Amino acid sequence: MSNDKNRNPKKSKWIMRIILLVATVIFIYPLVWNIIASFKSNEEILESPWALPSMLRFENYIRAFADASMGEYILNSFLVTALSMFLLLVLVIPTAHVIARFDFTGRKLLHNFYLAGLFIQPVYIMIPLFLMMSDLSMLDNRFWLSLVYAASALPFSVYLLTGFMRSIPKEYEESASIDGCGYFRTLLNIIVPLARPGILTVVIFNFFTFWNEYALALVLLTSDEKKTIPVGLANLMQIQRFATDWGALFAGLVLVLIPTVTLYALTQKKLTEGMSMGGLKG
Amino acid sequence: MKSKRKTGFILLCILPTLVIFAMFIVYPVTQVFYKSLFSSSGFGSSDQFVGITNFIELFSDDVFIQSIKNTGFLMLVVPVITLLLSLIFASMLSFGQLKEKHLYRTIFFFPSILSFVVIGILWAFIYHPNMGIVNEIMKVMGLDQYALTWLGNPDTVLWAIAIVMVWQAVGYYMVMYLAGMDSIPKELYEAASIDGANAIQQFVKITIPMLWEIIRITIIFSINGVLNISFVLVIVMTSGGPNNSSQVALTYMYQQGFVNANFGYAMAIAVVVFIVAIILAFISNKLTEREAL
Repeated sequence: MSNDKNRNPKKSKWIMRIILLVATVIFIYPLVWNIIASFKSNEEILESPWALPSMLRFENYIRAFADASMGEYILNSFLVTALSMFLLLVLVIPTAHVIARFDFTGRKLLHNFYLAGLFIQPVYIMIPLFLMMSDLSMLDNRFWLSLVYAASALPFSVYLLTGFMRSIPKEYEESASIDGCGYFRTLLNIIVPLARPGILTVVIFNFFTFWNEYALALVLLTSDEKKTIPVGLANLMQIQRFATDWGALFAGLVLVLIPTVTLYALTQKKLTEGMSMGGLKG
Repeated sequence: MKSKRKTGFILLCILPTLVIFAMFIVYPVTQVFYKSLFSSSGFGSSDQFVGITNFIELFSDDVFIQSIKNTGFLMLVVPVITLLLSLIFASMLSFGQLKEKHLYRTIFFFPSILSFVVIGILWAFIYHPNMGIVNEIMKVMGLDQYALTWLGNPDTVLWAIAIVMVWQAVGYYMVMYLAGMDSIPKELYEAASIDGANAIQQFVKITIPMLWEIIRITIIFSINGVLNISFVLVIVMTSGGPNNSSQVALTYMYQQGFVNANFGYAMAIAVVVFIVAIILAFISNKLTEREAL
């Protein structure tokens, strides 16, 4: 990409660098500020927003766990995220496999049907979902919530995984079939291992969605002890119980960020690759 | 014999998924439209068919009018700013050939994986009149008189929320554009350079047309995404205040449904939002239609 016909390539590079560095600060500073604030006392947060804490107050974290049930919320979030992921994979892998490989009437229709679902935001349907699940006594139940999460993740996951599975060479299945491998064994023993990178992409993308989801958890879980951490944090913010304990509120924010940041650090390359896979090849 | 087993396998693979998707996603969507025609407290027997009464009432409801204006504002302003910034950043990273390109990409993308709740809480403190860094920066720059209660002022609250939405999404679209830009044949740029086209001309004449299909997709994604994130941000940051000046249609829907138990009315709001979103997507699709290069 020799764009170097610019009269002053070095200078323009540095102008770009300065703009990008300013943007970097804007993107990253809120989080840095959050982490710093989570170790401060209330007075320090209020009076010197720029300063570093005079000492690291880990007791903010202890209060977040002890007084604000952050520990329970985090456990609930892990449970719901793991269950949703399991249900999603059980549903999406066979479906994507069949759509990618088998010729049957209505295949295209089925694929487009799921794609259309990309435009349904969970917030749209929270009321009818609430009413239906209330009629069926499915409210305040982490299993049913997880199934709803899995269902709402289907459009994007079907899209991503069928695309990936189409790219697996057919020869593997053909030779498996010659060896007398049935459809199920082919799916389990041949396709699933070969599709692992695609499945991993589905898992990574949906982890963030499941872990962060707020609107549905807000209305479908009613009892306090089942709430997930986004709902717990938003409640704290709203009832202003923490108006006098910002330190613990910021500690809570850091706690919900830890799994997100960890997974992002481990997978960011994969994630941005998946973005271009999902976003471009439609 | 073989084909029977094959049919069985296909059905077994697709049916459970289809049933669950139909039950938890498709059926609720149809219910939104159906229930909007009822006066409903929600629980079965008390539903009464009222036709389009809910919709007629909506348009004499000042809060609803305000909320739909706010939603429309965000649906127009946020995608335009977000996508423009994303394009600019992506082209800087793609053409700048900076060694630290991947670092920027990683950092800019980061906000788009955060929980909207965390983002809302963090930014509520960034805008905080006393301890917020926005006002601190204003003071440092000697602009004290412009230091405001950003979220408590009807004139600024919607822009304040719009900025958060842009902050959250820029990196996401940037990564999409970056992938597209990196796949544009380099010869095109080389030829243009030889013909004496500068960077801006190359951007307008080569990059934009080559990315056009991706840009169209991202416009629709972005308009649609505004609905979801504005709901959470408004609930967390302002609860629709002050005086409904930051109320968006879906938070009003939530309020009518879950606070006032006015479910039929709430569904009518959802229907209007749905139609507005479709119309906007349709218009942007028409406006951006052009022959591919």
